[in-house]
Amino acid sequence: MTTIVQKPGAQAVPPVGQAEKKKVRLSRSLILPALIFALVLTQIPFLVTIYFSMLNWNQLYPNEVGFNWFANYVTVFTGPDFLSSLGATVLITGSSVVLSLLFGLGFAILLDRKFPGQAIARTLLITPFLIMPAAAALIWKWSMLDANVGMVNFALTTLGLPPVAWNTDLPAVTIIMLLTWQFTPFMMLILLAGLQSQSKDVLEAASVDGSGPIRTFQWITLPHMRQYIEIATLLGSIMLLQVFDPIAIMTKGTGGTKTLSYLLYERAFIGLDVGQAAAFGVVTVFITILVATIALRTLFKVFMNGGDR
Amino acid sequence: MLLTKKRALALSAILATSALALTGCSGAGGAKQDVTLTLATVSNPQMKDMEELKGEFESANPGIKVNFVQMEEGDLRAAVTADVASGAGQYDIVTVGAYEVPQWGANGWLQDLTPALKADATYDVEDILPPVRDALSVDGKQYAVPFYGESSILMYNKEMLAAAGVTISNNPTWQEVATAAQAVKDQGIADSGICLRGKPGWGDLFAPLTTVVQTFGGSWYDMDWNAQVNSPEFTEAVTFYKDLLANAGQADPVSYSFTECLNLLQEGKTAMWYDASVAASILEDAKTSKVAGKMGYAHAPTYKTAESGWLWSWNLAVPESSKNKEAADKFVLWATSKDYQQLVGKTLGWTRVPPGARISTYEIPEYKEAAAAFAPITLEVMSSVNPSQPGVNPQPWVGIQYVTIPEFQDVGNQVAQLVADAIAGRISVADALNKGQEIAQKAGDAHKK
Repeated sequence: MTTIVQKPGAQAVPPVGQAEKKKVRLSRSLILPALIFALVLTQIPFLVTIYFSMLNWNQLYPNEVGFNWFANYVTVFTGPDFLSSLGATVLITGSSVVLSLLFGLGFAILLDRKFPGQAIARTLLITPFLIMPAAAALIWKWSMLDANVGMVNFALTTLGLPPVAWNTDLPAVTIIMLLTWQFTPFMMLILLAGLQSQSKDVLEAASVDGSGPIRTFQWITLPHMRQYIEIATLLGSIMLLQVFDPIAIMTKGTGGTKTLSYLLYERAFIGLDVGQAAAFGVVTVFITILVATIALRTLFKVFMNGGDR
Repeated sequence: MLLTKKRALALSAILATSALALTGCSGAGGAKQDVTLTLATVSNPQMKDMEELKGEFESANPGIKVNFVQMEEGDLRAAVTADVASGAGQYDIVTVGAYEVPQWGANGWLQDLTPALKADATYDVEDILPPVRDALSVDGKQYAVPFYGESSILMYNKEMLAAAGVTISNNPTWQEVATAAQAVKDQGIADSGICLRGKPGWGDLFAPLTTVVQTFGGSWYDMDWNAQVNSPEFTEAVTFYKDLLANAGQADPVSYSFTECLNLLQEGKTAMWYDASVAASILEDAKTSKVAGKMGYAHAPTYKTAESGWLWSWNLAVPESSKNKEAADKFVLWATSKDYQQLVGKTLGWTRVPPGARISTYEIPEYKEAAAAFAPITLEVMSSVNPSQPGVNPQPWVGIQYVTIPEFQDVGNQVAQLVADAIAGRISVADALNKGQEIAQKAGDAHKK
């Protein structure tokens, strides 16, 4: 397969004439304002955050604001909060991404075939993603998981099982469950797009060659889906790293649910320590970049077919 | 067609500009000292009533307009702190909790209201409940006036307790309450015998729990700001609270704070609740509450102290950075005056009079009648608590369910999370409080002299 497909980069670059060069210069200068605007809009706040992270700035002591260079970072890395919080972030983000990816793939495969009422089913399946995160957390807190009037415990007791005190006894599971519910539609949409872009000819050829549905899925669909799974994982991880609402509404950071973003909120709005919160923010950004890069470079080799993109 | 359209446009533009110019002139020529006061407040029902009635103030004081900015408690705290601390002067009047008033007053962020309060003879500053005034004053200077105040009381469903064959005295002990809760639960009269806050947060779990700690003889700090979080008394109190929740409390305690417990009690799924006295007025509202008329009220349960109720008030203060202090003082005095209470009672209804600020509120015949079920106990408890020394031992700050140091929100929050872990059984109470001790000590060290 790889021998037939020619990479676009491998094509010989045609020589560029003077007129061509001028054209390129013009188009570049036209893009410049937008580029500068985008850079200013995205990078200035980040630079300001880095500046804040080097200040000793507790809002409750406004007269003691001053530079303390890397003291906030020392607190971040030597304090007890960071490692446990990083662990919680990895656990919650990781499990939610994997679970919603699996469920998303399942639903995408189900939706990929024609059946009556397909459009309605698709809309219903997307709904959890369209609900505001805070509203979703409230629905889960009150309607679903409440120990007293919640539907989940009602179902459990009806089945003869003991009721569960979700937020008290299983806080991390509660949050992962909610996030999986909320992000499955997102994964499903991306994966569905991937499935529908699959060439029907190839699938037909596979079945003519005697490949069953499982082998077709493993050897044809999955390699084709690789880039969709990658992008879904990447976007999902970035979004889930920032998750805040359900933790603030349901568990308040207890029992291994204090993720980096919730910790950051606590430092900024309960500790009112702007410098420390900014330091946590900077560290979180670098971790996100690091994870995204590693994930893209290495993790997805498992999906690669013949080591090629 | 095109021409006429253009002409019409031009005409309307001219009209608009001249209209603008005219209004500008009349504005400048009319009242010269027009002031608009910006008031930042918490979006509670009593504050919304105040906004509804601000027209009365405005017509009595021509030239002063009051602009309300309503926020949720957490947002208000952050916005107002940023404003008064930086001296930005965005707000002329701020709503400040009892926890912040003495700190901000000492920092010089709030105007000393004592002269203004004494100057107005009709205001009767002595009428303000003494414990509330104490909590709002530093070295004899009063930095804010209470708009409404509350304490904590034990609320119980009389029918359920009667069915369980237990009674609650007017000044119950925690042991008495635990026995009653156990009886209700064991006999299956309700799902739980008592509802107590378990949601982590210095203002959630630790509001009631700190009062329990104090009546058990514990405290956050001793007189020299040494943390006392892992002291035997503190540990005993937290263990008692945890056991009471486990044996007779509501399921899933970490989810429960004020609103959740209120629902549970209103639905008749629990028999008792120890929380803010302000809840009584909601429980007695026959329109929304299924238990209206069935409730009994008692003082906060005690163990080693005579009283154990907390003390909270939402107060109005004028930041030093305000540019319209004189007008702001006028409004603050108006909104906390006896006349304002009459105004609320007559226009909005007597149950909506802001409670817990003035002794005279409890002498208004209409209010006494409308709030007969809970007014006497509220006054009784609020006059008897002692914010200077709520516990067994003296403390270096004034305040009951909080410590008036800036770090306390943070300390209380982190320790509350640890205690929540202990309530869930993930760590032992001793481990939680040992870790809490370290956190509290770090904050205490900053205040050692």
